[in-house]
Amino acid sequence: MNTPLSWIKAYVPELDCDAKEFADAMTLSGTKVEGYTKFDDGLEKIVVGKITKIERHPDADKLVICQVVIDADGTSTQIVTGAPNVFEGALIPVVLDGGRVAGDHSGKRVPGGVKIKKGKLRGIESNGMMCSIEELGSTTDMYPDAAEDGIYIFNDNPEYSKATPGDDVVSLLGLRDVSFEYEITSNRVDCFSVIGIAREAAATFRKPFIPPVVTKTGNNENASDYITVEVKDPDLCPRYVARIVKNIKIAPSPEWMQRRLAACGIRPINNIVDITNYVMEEYGQPMHAFDYDTLEDKKIIVRRANDGEKFQTLDGQERELDSDILMICDGKKPVGIAGIMGGENSKITDEVKTMLFEAACFDGTNIRLSGKRLGMRTDAQTKFEKGLDPENAMEAINRACQLIEELGAGEVVGGCVDVYNTKKEPVTIEYDVERINRLLGTDIGEDEMVSYFEMVDLSVDKDKKLVTVPTWRQDVLRLADLAEEVARFYGYDKIPSTLPKGEATAGGLSYKLRIESIARNVAEHLGFCEASTYSFESPKVFDKLRLDADDAAREAVVISNPLGEDYSIMRTLTLNGMLTSLSTNYNRRNKNVRLYEMANIYIPKSLPVTELPNEYMQMTFGMYGGCDFYDMKGIVEAVITKCGLKNGISYDAQAGKNYLHPGRQANIVYNNNVIGYLGEVHPEVLDSYSIKEKAYVAVIDMRFVVEYANFNTKFKGLPKYPAVTRDISLVMDKSVQAGSIEEIIRKKGGKLMEQCELFDIYEGDRIGANMKSLAYSIRFRALDRTLEDKDVNEIMEKIISSLSDIGATLRA
Amino acid sequence: MKEKLSKIVEEALAGIENSEHLEKLNEIRVAYLGKKGELTSVLKGMKDVLPEDRPKVGQMVNDARAVIEEKLEAKKAAFEKRILEEKIASETIDVTLPGHTPVAGHKHPNTIALDDVERIFIGMGYEVVEGPEIEYDYYNFEALNIPANHPAKDEQDTFYINSDIVLRTQTSSVQVHEMEKGKLPIRMIAPGRVFRSDEVDATHSPSFNQIEGLVIDENVTFADLKGTLAEFAKEMFGEKTKVRFRPHHFPFTEPSAEMDVSCFKCGGSGCRFCKGEGWIEILGCGMVHPRVLEMRDIDAVKYQGFAFGIGLERIALLKYEIDDMRLLYENDVRFLSQF
Repeated sequence: MNTPLSWIKAYVPELDCDAKEFADAMTLSGTKVEGYTKFDDGLEKIVVGKITKIERHPDADKLVICQVVIDADGTSTQIVTGAPNVFEGALIPVVLDGGRVAGDHSGKRVPGGVKIKKGKLRGIESNGMMCSIEELGSTTDMYPDAAEDGIYIFNDNPEYSKATPGDDVVSLLGLRDVSFEYEITSNRVDCFSVIGIAREAAATFRKPFIPPVVTKTGNNENASDYITVEVKDPDLCPRYVARIVKNIKIAPSPEWMQRRLAACGIRPINNIVDITNYVMEEYGQPMHAFDYDTLEDKKIIVRRANDGEKFQTLDGQERELDSDILMICDGKKPVGIAGIMGGENSKITDEVKTMLFEAACFDGTNIRLSGKRLGMRTDAQTKFEKGLDPENAMEAINRACQLIEELGAGEVVGGCVDVYNTKKEPVTIEYDVERINRLLGTDIGEDEMVSYFEMVDLSVDKDKKLVTVPTWRQDVLRLADLAEEVARFYGYDKIPSTLPKGEATAGGLSYKLRIESIARNVAEHLGFCEASTYSFESPKVFDKLRLDADDAAREAVVISNPLGEDYSIMRTLTLNGMLTSLSTNYNRRNKNVRLYEMANIYIPKSLPVTELPNEYMQMTFGMYGGCDFYDMKGIVEAVITKCGLKNGISYDAQAGKNYLHPGRQANIVYNNNVIGYLGEVHPEVLDSYSIKEKAYVAVIDMRFVVEYANFNTKFKGLPKYPAVTRDISLVMDKSVQAGSIEEIIRKKGGKLMEQCELFDIYEGDRIGANMKSLAYSIRFRALDRTLEDKDVNEIMEKIISSLSDIGATLRA
Repeated sequence: MKEKLSKIVEEALAGIENSEHLEKLNEIRVAYLGKKGELTSVLKGMKDVLPEDRPKVGQMVNDARAVIEEKLEAKKAAFEKRILEEKIASETIDVTLPGHTPVAGHKHPNTIALDDVERIFIGMGYEVVEGPEIEYDYYNFEALNIPANHPAKDEQDTFYINSDIVLRTQTSSVQVHEMEKGKLPIRMIAPGRVFRSDEVDATHSPSFNQIEGLVIDENVTFADLKGTLAEFAKEMFGEKTKVRFRPHHFPFTEPSAEMDVSCFKCGGSGCRFCKGEGWIEILGCGMVHPRVLEMRDIDAVKYQGFAFGIGLERIALLKYEIDDMRLLYENDVRFLSQF
């Protein structure tokens, strides 16, 4: 929504403020000004000049030397121009030496303008510049009388015939004005109009609001003799008003109307179109004009379209309709899509003699959805879809007819046809001063509150404590809405700032969030940066990750209206996000990258989805460069242990992850539950992500970590007796896993075993092919005595004997 | 005798004084105080002294010994001190050489900003809670006073799973879950991912984060809302931060407001950062709409509340002057390690 300040001032004549004051005050009372354009920005020393003599430039074919009178006293100056359209006697805008124009000839505005100095053009003195409409900061769209390619000529417009040399061009062209752009919230339908904004401005600045006075219009004929209107679907069309105008004389609209439309960003076309647009801006009510002579049976029927029906709109496009689209029809055929666009068959042409003016109210939701299905978005539609006040339709159409009479654009037929089945009644609300103050935390008296209500035309019955809300204020329905009116005009800034009293609450992170926070902190201490990737991805990632066709992870929640296939399913695995991030880093030549992410996966309970899927928080690690499997394993252990999982983690090499190296992957097992997995990324997967280096990933399902976390630590006392350490070196087949060796040592070592540490791994000629040697340092200690050799020897014998059962023997 | 002793002492002291290193001192110690040293030999010559003079001579020898020893110790200490000083002097290093920094990870800028927000509100007694990211349409819209076909529903460009289930467009849905628990008063914030059908560009992302806030208690006022958020702004953006509340519209609050903070770059005088306005829009807020309370069977006359919603990325982008939102999701370590 855009409005020029001059138009607002027309209805709030006492308004006296500059652009910034207006913008700030309106913003603080709820009509947010997004920005404003001063039309005279960068325009200085520009006056009307009259060309008295034109001569050829001696040294340039395309330049002429003009003598120009630039003030009422007849002072003349010399200006050289290349414009083709100047002539002796022409009245033109001249920027004098030291003045400024808004921009260059291309129409591109330069902030602060462009300074013009006198100088020589091909050796001939030139003391200023004649201006095109673009150099004055506007366009030929907005000033249709301006030359397409040349200097603006006042003589072309009869309204400027009285212009005299020296007059201020900026004022003359109506450029001493500011256009404001507003952000109007969806609840304030009334503010999508000059009148609505003016009413708010009047209240904001505490000035009287004087709306246009709509007078009775029309000859002594009656519109109902020309047309009958039948609304077959009143649910979609609460009101339809039709009036007739005959003897139409299409002509340009007057300068003042063109200027106001141009200031709103609307291109002036002709009197009829301009009046329609003018009233749409002024009242927020779109109207449509049909060529009356094209309407068969002199009837308007408002009904739903038939499925599959075709209709050509006035832009020449053929549209396919459906039975939820409301149509305006005559006795035989559709003539317009209600609220969206009229038909080619009934549109106004320059030859129109009689027209039917329509001001209606349509169901906003229906218009919005119809427009969406049709793929159309017209100005009228954007107004209708907000849900207009049916009371406004009559006021607006009468205003339009008044303008038709004033502009002499045609003869308005008396009366109207008004189909308005259920009249909209104003809402009344009981106001409660104490409750409003209690809600706002203020101490505002009743009289003051009442004055705020009345400022925006809410009428008050103080005896009954009732507010009657005019129909245009569809947002005011209950006490809280009245409180907002009070707050707006009392001033949000004047409401005090306090802190809630009430009973104190402890506050804090939920237990789940606390554990996640610990895990994050550990990861960061271990050198990992936190990544963030999208929750949705392409179903193609399943193939990229080499998932089997029947892998359960392929069962994903699907978005029905995604931004594209790449964002169409909710991820069931976090790896694609991680690998994509690693790939980005790899391709940007970042070395030794370590990333983690804490984010959900989404596992449907059933497909198709009928209830909310499970959301499981996953901690995903990824790294490449200067690391191996065991680095990742160490990271995982550090994180899990710090999260209070201290009962010992085990690993199962049979993880069965197709995206990981088959010989370098493991499930992470805790309390007999798989709580995650880790491994080296499968070479084919690495290749799909263009990572040409080994990469490692780990995923921890935080749901288990949260479940098993235990922070009940009890101090065990420092050892008082010395430890006995025994080192053993074992030889075994390569396939024997260290985990199984350690499990036996732990089991057989019993309570006296304090620590078991692997200190050497050897494979090579000295022990034979397919064999490996593992060397452990085992430490024993008793809490209550000094251990003797025989205690330890017994245990060691048991350990060695059990180890030999799985083929691990002492190395000779 | 006496003369002989004082001569020995004199020679010894001179020797000590002139010695240049520890070894020389040892030689002197041996030469004078050792078993075959000069003083010892004087003692050995005691047999030639008259018995009545012997204690006197003994005393004299001991005194001489003490003098020499004291001098020896003093000289030794001086030598040791010099040695230490030389050692220290030789150990000077170039302190401007680079330090050995352990490789440290970095939090995502969103998380840093979120940690700040959480810290501030936890300090004010708020619980941090979560809700589902895939949500029933009812919780995301209807229970927040956004009925079917409400334009606000369209404005938010919702991703649908089916007609009943959506990707939540706002963390406001957590308000409803929290009220459903039936425990009052409520003081909560709910951070989390939200989704809207916006194409990716420098200022838009189809997935981003919000932090919802909700307080419900008897007598919670709009003034309390202002005070709480002003306090938040000061903690978050600095003590000098001013706030401005502008009327706005949200279906689930009434009255509603947007809060601006004074530009933390120019302090409010207007600069390129704040587009000359001096103010930066930070969040939306308002008094919980009575309809929202009524739908949860909360007595809307007895209880009042306020709610607010903060865009986490917005805070992170502004605070760290990140000029392109896409950087937040690329995870380039050269970006992440700046935070």
